[in-house]
Order: sequence, then structure tokens, then C-alpha cells
Amino acid sequence: MRWLLVKDLQILRRSPLLVGLLIAYPIAIALMIGFALSSPPGKPRVAFYTQVAPGRGRISFGSQHINISRYASQLFQSIQPIKVKSRAEAIAKVRDGQASAALIVPRDIVSQIQSLVTQGVGNPTVQLILNTRDPLERQFADQAISARLNQVEQAVSKQVLRVAVSDLHEVLSGGNVQILGRTVRLLGLRDSRTIIRGAIASLPARSPLRVALRQVVGFADLAIEGLGFASPVLSSIGTPLTVQQTELHGATTPTDAYAVAIAVVVSLMFVTLLLASGMLALERSENAYSRLVRGLVSPGRLLSEKVVLAAGCAGLTTLVLAAAVSAFVHLDWSRFELWLLALGFGALAFGALGVAIGGLAREVSAASLFAFLASLPIAFVALVPGDAVSGGVRAVLDVVAFVFPFRAALQAASNAFSGTAPGIGWPLVHLVGLAVVFAVLARLSMRRFAAA
Amino acid sequence: MTATGERTSTLSARGLTKRYGSRAALRAVSLEAYPRERLAVIGPNGAGKTTLLGLLAGVLEPTEGQILRPSRSGAVGWVPQQPALYSKLSAAENLRLFARLERVADPDAAVNRMLVQTGLAERSDDEVGRLSGGNQQRVNIAIGLLCEPDALLLDEPSASLDPRQRERLWEFIGRLSERGTSVVFSTHNVTEAERYADRVLVLADGELLFTGTPAELERTVESSRTTPARPGPGEAGCRAGQRWRGDFEAAFVRFLHERGH
Repeated sequence: MRWLLVKDLQILRRSPLLVGLLIAYPIAIALMIGFALSSPPGKPRVAFYTQVAPGRGRISFGSQHINISRYASQLFQSIQPIKVKSRAEAIAKVRDGQASAALIVPRDIVSQIQSLVTQGVGNPTVQLILNTRDPLERQFADQAISARLNQVEQAVSKQVLRVAVSDLHEVLSGGNVQILGRTVRLLGLRDSRTIIRGAIASLPARSPLRVALRQVVGFADLAIEGLGFASPVLSSIGTPLTVQQTELHGATTPTDAYAVAIAVVVSLMFVTLLLASGMLALERSENAYSRLVRGLVSPGRLLSEKVVLAAGCAGLTTLVLAAAVSAFVHLDWSRFELWLLALGFGALAFGALGVAIGGLAREVSAASLFAFLASLPIAFVALVPGDAVSGGVRAVLDVVAFVFPFRAALQAASNAFSGTAPGIGWPLVHLVGLAVVFAVLARLSMRRFAAA
Repeated sequence: MTATGERTSTLSARGLTKRYGSRAALRAVSLEAYPRERLAVIGPNGAGKTTLLGLLAGVLEPTEGQILRPSRSGAVGWVPQQPALYSKLSAAENLRLFARLERVADPDAAVNRMLVQTGLAERSDDEVGRLSGGNQQRVNIAIGLLCEPDALLLDEPSASLDPRQRERLWEFIGRLSERGTSVVFSTHNVTEAERYADRVLVLADGELLFTGTPAELERTVESSRTTPARPGPGEAGCRAGQRWRGDFEAAFVRFLHERGH
């Protein structure tokens, strides 16, 4: 095998343009895909459960009422709500992938908001449960819901502030309010102060009441000038809702690291598939295959050599790519040995797929074209967000993604780069299984290869 | 190996049959190749010549039959019809690679020897893809000879060569044969077979029709003329019964025609 490897490396060394393209092209494609996937559009599916009974979403503030239930419709503009009847059902929807997140509104949300706006004390909280199986999907749902919740907060705040300002104005300047169906005239602070000052002026100069009434006037001055007393309350209701975020499946991969993982795995796939398929097909194009397998090299060993060659070259290339990108995006270098495992196992699985393609295609140009054409849909299928397609199509895409190495390699790489869930063990086992299956297919294809 | 009289064959095949699905590419072919002998395998396209050589070389597995080869590793050299070379490697690198894969004791010495023997020493560092077809064929043959085989199998070795290169090739093969190597070659060119082969083996549609010297083949055709036969395809414009005399190609065509091929 050593001499075959040396020979193939010599051939590659004498094809600088080919090697340059083989490296530059997938890296360019990978980076573009990585950036494009950093900002996915659309509405995430969100399981929505509210414990607030219908008609109980009103808060009273001063003499006015606000119905916070109507703000839910604003939230639904950014998501595809799946209304459920229990918290458990909401979590189940997230767990089985029907929803990328669950938003749970607790029963006490109304009383908490009520307490906050009337007393300045309260912690109205909604619960957001995210599925971290797919970091892009998780980020997508998180951003969509958080952005819309923020808008809801602003809307509620404005409404509450409008009511508060109106009430404060009445305290200051007086006005009419409805109490038990009767219109009652309120005396405002300013009028009260004017009246008291008038009263003071009418009192004898030495009247002891003057001192007491001046104290009342002083209080009124302070109250009028210091209506800023309400500002802590008003500022507190500026962001009345706290989002308590719960993540299933443990921590998640940061989006940047995930984009790097995509870029790296796309490069890994391109380089490995093209090299493995092309270099195997080259043996036949150069008519050397029959000479090699008449006792010099077994077909199995020849396949192994091509897989090792392609995996080695692609692994090295993508490792350099990841290291270079890590200058701009945080990747966890303390897990470097896992980088090697993820890229190595991924490269082996892609290499096995590559030799299967090379065995089927038999000619370099056909093998390269075949590998190239296969690469894009393999990556595409694995990267389609679950929410972008209907359930049936999603199931089909999941099956297709399962039988090719891209998704498993991506999971392994994203875990290796950031150290987050899901773990790296299962993807590596998956990759080994795929490598074995494709190696067997490649070995079978060699019969056709030899007979041609 | 088998012994016939005082001669021991280098290569022996018994009842070789090769089927691809229901199609028989070769049917019950037997042959012997002896030291210093040049055995030509001739026949029309699709006769099974390449299949026979592939079986003898060990590239293909026979469906039925048996092949006896020398037990020594590399004792049977094989030169496929299309040069089996890496075009991005030089002549010397190609030879060195196969010498190493063949586990030749001293690869560099073997490479130098073959470069000298094939007259390619001055072009040894040239990429094979830049060599002429004739020189590529020389490298191709040199690889087949790296292990100094007892038997050399050449599949249409002169097919892509010009007349001058062809002449050099046959001189080279003649010298090999004189040194004791059994040479088995296939060819379309029956004139070459007559000229350079000690014996010919005629195949048609996977069937062995004749084994003997070129002269014996001509005599067989001539003797068959004792009974009139209609002119064969190669006899157009000539008087039947005279065209093949002294013309091995015409005799060969007549031979095939008489047997329904």
C-alpha cells in the first residue's frame, strides 16, 4: 500500500491545477454555505400552551384595564403556533421534532404583571423550551420568539405607561373618573395647592394653622415636582417579561461554530469524494487496475489505499481550514483530539462512499462528475431545516440524510468544535457503520470495474 | 507444467471456458506454451483472444478449466493491449513502482536493466504521457518483463505502432524468445502471426479451431480445396482456389469461412 500511496501522491503533486481547484472550490462553497446558513428565514413551529383561562387576561391599572391576551396574536405573527393542552404535550412536541420550541405561559402571569405595574414588585415569566438537536433551528426559533416577545413587551409597556401617565395627570391636575357607575370629580394636586395657598392667605398672620398648611403646600410642591416617583415603576414595566429558557438535550452548539462545522464538512466531503472516486477510476482509465490485481495488490487493499489517501488529504485540508477559521470564530482547541476523531471518521466514511462511486463510474471524468453531482444533494438534504418541509417530506429527507455520511459528520464536527450536545459517540459509530456499508458496496462494484 | 515428448511446457491450459452470464466468451480451449516458442493467438474480433490471455495472465478467473503456471512469483509476465501505465509518472517511476509491487529483489537494478533493454534509458525521466505510442508500449512491455518471466503474454502488442516501431518490437520479442522465454501474443494481423510466430492458435467465437504452425494452417486450407468451396470474403476478385496459395491471410480467411465464421 505504501508504494501505491507514494505513487498517488506523486501524481497529485504533478497536477497542481487540479489539486488547487480541488481544495479551493470546496472551501469557497463551504464558506458560502456556512454564511448563508447563519441567518435562515421563515417561521419556526412552536408549541404554545397557556394556563391563563380565556377572559382572564385583563389587568387593572388605576381606573383602566388592559387585556394582555390580545398581544398573543402579535406573537403568532412570527411563529407557526401549535396550540396544545398541557405543558407535557408541549415538551413532547419539541422532543419528537414536531416543534422547534415550546412557549408556556403560566397561570400567574396576569397577577404578576398586575403586581408589577401597580406595586413595582413582580416577576412575570414565560417559559421557552428549545430543541437543541439542530443548533440552527434552535437559534432560528429563539430569535423569532425573542424578537416578537420583545415587541409584545414594548406594546404592553406603552399601554401601561399611557394608563399610568393618564392617572398621574389626573392626580396632578384633577379630572373626572368613573367609580361604581358614577362620575366623580377629582381634585388634582395643583388645584389642592392653590386652594391651600388661598386658605393660608386668608388666615391671620400668626395663626398656628399657617405652619401646618404650609407643610401641606410643601408636600404638594414636592409631589408635583417629584412625580418622578413613578419612574422606577415605569422603568420596571419597560421590560416586564422575563424569558426563562430551558434547553432540551443539554447545551447547544454556538451558531458560528456550527457554521464552521458546515463549512469544514462540506470541504471534507468534496475533497474526499472527488479524490477517492477519481483516484480509483484513474487506475482503470490508465489500464493499470488489471495489472495491479493480478497478484500485486488485492482489490480490497487497493480500495483501502484510495480511502486512506483521500481521507488523509481531505482531513489535513479541512483541519487547516478549521484552524484558520478559528482565528475569527471561537472553536474549542482543548478538544483538538476530538477534531481529529470527527474529521478522521467523517473522511473515512466519505472515502468509502467515494470509492463506491469510483468503482461504479470507472472513468475519471465520469467519477468526478458523479461525485460532484452527488455531493450537493447529500449536503442539501442533511441541512434542510426540519420546519422548512412537511412531515412526510421531512421523514424522507431524514432517511436519506441517515444513509449518507454528511449529517453524522456534521454532528461529530460541531460537537468536536464546541463541546456541546448531542455527544460525539453516536455520530462516530454511525460514520463507522456507513464506512463499512460503502466499503462493501465499493468492493462489489469492483467486479464490474474488473469486468469492463 | 506438462511434458510433451522431451519438451516441458511453460504454460498449460486445459478446457478453459469463460462465461459472462449466458454468453460464452471462451469454450473449452486448451493450449501449451513452450520455452523459446512464440505462440500467436489469432482470430476475428470477438473471438476471445483477450479473454484467453486474461485468463492465462490471471486477470480473469475461468468459469471452467485449469491453468498450470510456474509457481515462481512473476513467472508469467503480462502486457495488456492498452499500455497499463501511469501517464503522470516517468518511465523510470512506472517501472520502479511495479518492481516494488512485484517485490523484485533490487528494484533499481531491474529498472535500469529494463530501460537499457527497451532502449528507453535516455527518456527514463520523461512523463509517460509525453512519450510516443511506441515508447509507451516499450515501457508497457518492460513492466511485463521486470520479473524476468518464463512466459510473456502480449495482447495485441503491435496494434498502436507504426511499421518501424512494429519492426523493432518484433526484434525485441525475438531476442526474448531466443533467451528462452515463452511468448504468447494475440494479434489481428495474421501476416505478423505468420512471420513471427512458431505456432498459431486460431480462435473464433470463443472456440479453438486450429493449433499448429502457419504452414500447417495453409496446408489445411489447401487440402480442403480438394472439395470445391464457394469463394470466401477475402477472395473477392480472385479465382477461387488460387488466392490463398502463398498468402497466409487469405488462407486464414478461407479457413474461417469454411468453418462458418
